[in-house]
Amino acid sequence: MLAMATAQGGARMRSWVIILLLSLLLVFCLLYSITVGRYDIGIVDVGRILLDNVIPAQTPSWTTVQADVVESIRLPRVLAAILVGAGLAISGAALQGLFRNPLVDSSTIGVTFGAGFGGTLAILLVGGGYPVLAASFAFGMGSLLAVKGLATVRGRASTLTLVLAGVVVSAFFTAAISICKLLADPQQKLPAITYWLMGSIAATSYRDLILMSLAILPPMIVIFLLRYQINILSLGEQKARALGAPIELVQWTIFIAISIISAGVVATSGIIGWVGLVIPHVARALVGPDHGRLLPVSALLGAIYLLLVDNIARTATVAELPLGIITALIGVPVFAIVLRRVQAKSGWSHD
Amino acid sequence: MIDIQNLSVSLSDKPILADYSLQVAPGSVLAILGANGVGKTTLLNCLVGLCKPSAGTVTARGRIGYVPQLFQSAFAFSVLDIVLMGRARHIPLFGAPRAQDYGIASKYLKLMKVGHLKDRAFNELSGGQRQLVMIAQALSSECEILILDEPCSALDYKNQSIVIDTLRELNASMGLTILFSTHAPQHGLEVASHVLLMRDRQRYEFGAVEDVLTAENLTTLYDVPIAKAAFAPGGKFTFAPSFER
Repeated sequence: MLAMATAQGGARMRSWVIILLLSLLLVFCLLYSITVGRYDIGIVDVGRILLDNVIPAQTPSWTTVQADVVESIRLPRVLAAILVGAGLAISGAALQGLFRNPLVDSSTIGVTFGAGFGGTLAILLVGGGYPVLAASFAFGMGSLLAVKGLATVRGRASTLTLVLAGVVVSAFFTAAISICKLLADPQQKLPAITYWLMGSIAATSYRDLILMSLAILPPMIVIFLLRYQINILSLGEQKARALGAPIELVQWTIFIAISIISAGVVATSGIIGWVGLVIPHVARALVGPDHGRLLPVSALLGAIYLLLVDNIARTATVAELPLGIITALIGVPVFAIVLRRVQAKSGWSHD
Repeated sequence: MIDIQNLSVSLSDKPILADYSLQVAPGSVLAILGANGVGKTTLLNCLVGLCKPSAGTVTARGRIGYVPQLFQSAFAFSVLDIVLMGRARHIPLFGAPRAQDYGIASKYLKLMKVGHLKDRAFNELSGGQRQLVMIAQALSSECEILILDEPCSALDYKNQSIVIDTLRELNASMGLTILFSTHAPQHGLEVASHVLLMRDRQRYEFGAVEDVLTAENLTTLYDVPIAKAAFAPGGKFTFAPSFER
């Protein structure tokens, strides 16, 4: 009994250590990311400037310009990267569990482009802000349901049909976005739509940040609370039903939560794909498939990953690179590797 | 405990079962035999609530634990994780397993004599071990009725005897009502009190083992000559099929 208790405690302890280390790494990456950029500020000064808000320093060792750069320009952007990365990664982890499929995330399953079309339509017809959020949510949710409907044959959605349905729905909404672009005013709205869609958090303001937090944090918490139910659903719908899990309720709650996160991300930062595909695989290798550990670790890793990607976006070239391009450049090869592993094993029992 | 009245089932407009009626008393063990594709799994699925009758009723008084045929998990869950999922009915929507649930899961893992495997990856276990873990999962739901779909298929003789012995012990010690499908009449002789022979979608025989499980019935059921053969002193016997045509 004692041996059992310690062994069980051992696995849990290891996960806690990993979560603690990742949290520390996240804080370090946050501070480091604020130093990155053309205007030079040391990591110690960044720490002092931020700490000054809590405990005001008697004699500031920094200039007001430095404080401005840190607090008004870089901090919101860095916080946005954390929110977007965490939200996308937890969405991917939940979707992979729900569909028992290592190849799905919000972008491969069509939600991202659905939300992108909704946002484009809203910019075209109304303008920015909350209408973009609402339309992104509506079309993101719609595409999720369309994919599930297309992929489910006799109550089962296979790995292949699910990904193919995602391709089909994404293709449809990509075409629809193109139509919107053709209709858009080429001087004002077209450049706005184009650059926004490529994915960027460069111009994040505190107002955007509030909208983002409202859209991303509550659904993340709901998904985490459903961790045990996602475990059960990852055994398959039939098995979950036989075990007495409230399948429809869990599925719908997660679909709505993921659509809200996608809408929040797309409305504020454009199309940033592939994060939810890449990160859960790394997280699963670290802490195993139990969603009680997988979901928080995915969120932390996603936040760190997007911070690093955003640093590359800011510094790689003279002009800023859109985030969505970098995440796709990294995500697509990972997708290919996972796909090959799935095929080699004709299943994916050992993720 | 289980009452099936005039049950008919169709799957995508194809009739599978028509007008089945039987009652299973508490504490009895029912073995279900029949050719491949005759509808054994469909009948069990109706009891578990995985498929809906097109006519008739199925009533089960008591919580049902279900062990599906040859289960494989998509992700590399540990044995303990898998057994904990049996607690689904006792854990609220937004909850997670607590100390008490861990205790119950460990208890049934030990009862199934697989307690030492609890940190192993479920998918890496042998077929027999996996079957025992799945029984532990079903028991963790604190069920009164245990339903198993071909629990011994793809198992060697040793593992078959472990599973069959386990069913016998669970029935004797906990008074569980057990229903299982099988292709080996011997399993029925070993543990069952009652037998259901499914001939086609509307013809079946249901009754006590000694009445229904006869060489004549089995010969017509499988369309292969089957004879009774004594194999141990004291009158224990088995059924021996002949594969010469």
